[in-house]
Amino acid sequence: MKARKIKEKIIESILLASSSITSITVLLIVVFLFSQGVSLFGDSTVEKGSVMAVNKNNPVKELTGSQIKEIFDQNVVYWNEIGGKKDTIILFRIDDIGNYYSDEEIGENFEGLSECVSRLVDSIPGILAYFPEKYLSKNFKGKVLPLEKVSLKTLFKGKEWFPSAQPAAQIGAMPLILGTLWVSLGAILLALPLGLATAVYMSDIAHGKVRRVMKPLIELLAGIPSVVYGFFGLIVIVPLVQQVFNLPVGETALSGSIVLGIMALPTIITVSEDAMRNTPRAMKEASLALGATKWQTIYRVVIPCSASGITAGAILGIGRAIGETMAVLMVTGNAAVIPHTILEPVRTIPATIAAELGEAAQGGLHFKALFALGCILFIITLIINLLVESISASNKHKSH
Amino acid sequence: MSSTIASRKRRNEQIAFWLFRLLSFGVVAILFYILYFLVSNGIKAISWEFITQMPEDGMTKGGIYPAIIGTLYLVAGSMIFAFPIGVASAIYINEYTKDGVLKKIIKQMTNNLAGIPSIIFGLFGMALFVNQLKFGDSILAGSLTLGLLALPVVIRTTEEALKAVPDTFRQASLGLGASKWQTTSKVVIPIAFPNIITGLILSIGRVSGETAPILFTVAAYFLPKLPQSIFDQVMALPYHLYVITTSGTNVAESRPMAYGTALVLIVIVLIANLLANALRKYFGKKVKMN
Repeated sequence: MKARKIKEKIIESILLASSSITSITVLLIVVFLFSQGVSLFGDSTVEKGSVMAVNKNNPVKELTGSQIKEIFDQNVVYWNEIGGKKDTIILFRIDDIGNYYSDEEIGENFEGLSECVSRLVDSIPGILAYFPEKYLSKNFKGKVLPLEKVSLKTLFKGKEWFPSAQPAAQIGAMPLILGTLWVSLGAILLALPLGLATAVYMSDIAHGKVRRVMKPLIELLAGIPSVVYGFFGLIVIVPLVQQVFNLPVGETALSGSIVLGIMALPTIITVSEDAMRNTPRAMKEASLALGATKWQTIYRVVIPCSASGITAGAILGIGRAIGETMAVLMVTGNAAVIPHTILEPVRTIPATIAAELGEAAQGGLHFKALFALGCILFIITLIINLLVESISASNKHKSH
Repeated sequence: MSSTIASRKRRNEQIAFWLFRLLSFGVVAILFYILYFLVSNGIKAISWEFITQMPEDGMTKGGIYPAIIGTLYLVAGSMIFAFPIGVASAIYINEYTKDGVLKKIIKQMTNNLAGIPSIIFGLFGMALFVNQLKFGDSILAGSLTLGLLALPVVIRTTEEALKAVPDTFRQASLGLGASKWQTTSKVVIPIAFPNIITGLILSIGRVSGETAPILFTVAAYFLPKLPQSIFDQVMALPYHLYVITTSGTNVAESRPMAYGTALVLIVIVLIANLLANALRKYFGKKVKMN
């Protein structure tokens, strides 16, 4: 008897341990994602071990990552454009040292190099020197600029995403966030009317036979892998969009929305059809008995009654669309720029992670930036899931 | 007067119904067209050689044998991990806990896990299994990542299966003096078993098509040999389809291969769904007769 009791206890604790694994996984995901993502803040966008220095009389105190990029792209050529004097900006990279000093001065093993850099920065008022930290001499005569640290502002206000740009990486997530939202909202705008019409038809208009054929077919299409939808989109939708709108490339936000819309259809249809079928029979019959037509009953009774279920389906569809990776990666063209129309290539957050993680060095700025994107995505989808749950919970509450 | 209102009403109803019918058939037509397009193009590419040979000539010729085997390994690996744990945790949720805080937390966390996008599983799998635990890009890391993704699916379907077992069965067994575990293992699980297996089949369908979680944990671009251990990389069907359509050496020439691969993936999902439906129907009747 006692042995049996012990056995029961052991089994129960094994079961408990198993059921705690999902919770542990969620916690681990949060820990790994956020520890990597948050370690991005405090890093500098300028490569580690490098120094930015100016002449000591230059009033400019610091440069942001985007200013550095503008200077090195030669979009900014005068110091007064960024709060300095009227001098021309003279860029100096360590490879340029031969233009200023002879080999003897630099020395065979670069022993005179730090001295040369120091003298050069001192002698040219408009210089912006970018060189490795090891060539920073002890009595350096210029002014070393403090490197800008990555902050939430850099991430959310930055308009450019070039995480491997030299000398300053650009990690503005704005174009990616906007790209994700554009594609997902487009998908839902396309899928919602079609999905709702199908749900209404299946729940209240169609014969039982038609419904019995349609329902499994739609469920089957929910099971087809996203990479297959992406493949279909690439071969059929992308050329179609290109032809219809006469575009140079067909990989656009619109193509992404169409493919995602098709993928979201089964979710929207099944969830809202379930909600409509849960309308109490008594309410429908009361409406019909009062002389309302079937159509009046549908849009005056069934649809209002299942409104929260329909909303849940729509939000769930948006959530799926936001997190979708492969199909979007294959059809949206992946240009990391802020889109102006839906006929331009865009890049979404999941697609960026999928496309770039393979080439990002582990522990580097790029790597951490991708994890930070993962955090953003995680938070967005978590909010959406909680929203769906609270809607369906309140729904359950109402129907009881 | 009243008859014209009634007839107008009826006309409106007719118009509305036809509109809805049209839209729904439009949806079904789109979905059918996708299936038709992929199947009709894929069938031309499929042959015995296609599913039994190694890829050749920069993946423009030959077959997809290593990708099929790789996907089989990953499906098996992920299910070895996810199925027992998923079933055990569903049993705990449904049979052992009473409605309370613990049950709420477990269910909430399972829901949260189910809602996480697959690319995040990929990120996490890489951070934990590949880097932290130093499994490297391997079948082990990929299977565990896919297993975590499949866990909520297994838990949910098993829970549904257990809920479908009438409470009178449990009461009868407990009333005869059987213990909780005896009741669960001898009465509840045997009745729920077919539906639990249905859940297993559905999660196999889901796992075999996932691409994002295996991108950085296991998938190899081109590897024309079979894995020797669970620490080897493998090719996998969904990843293979992705690379030969987007970044292969010759995208145009490997198009037939891509159609074939897409069809194989669809057939796996199709078989999983049909099998699950058939099982559900067959055993559904049986339980009712009891």
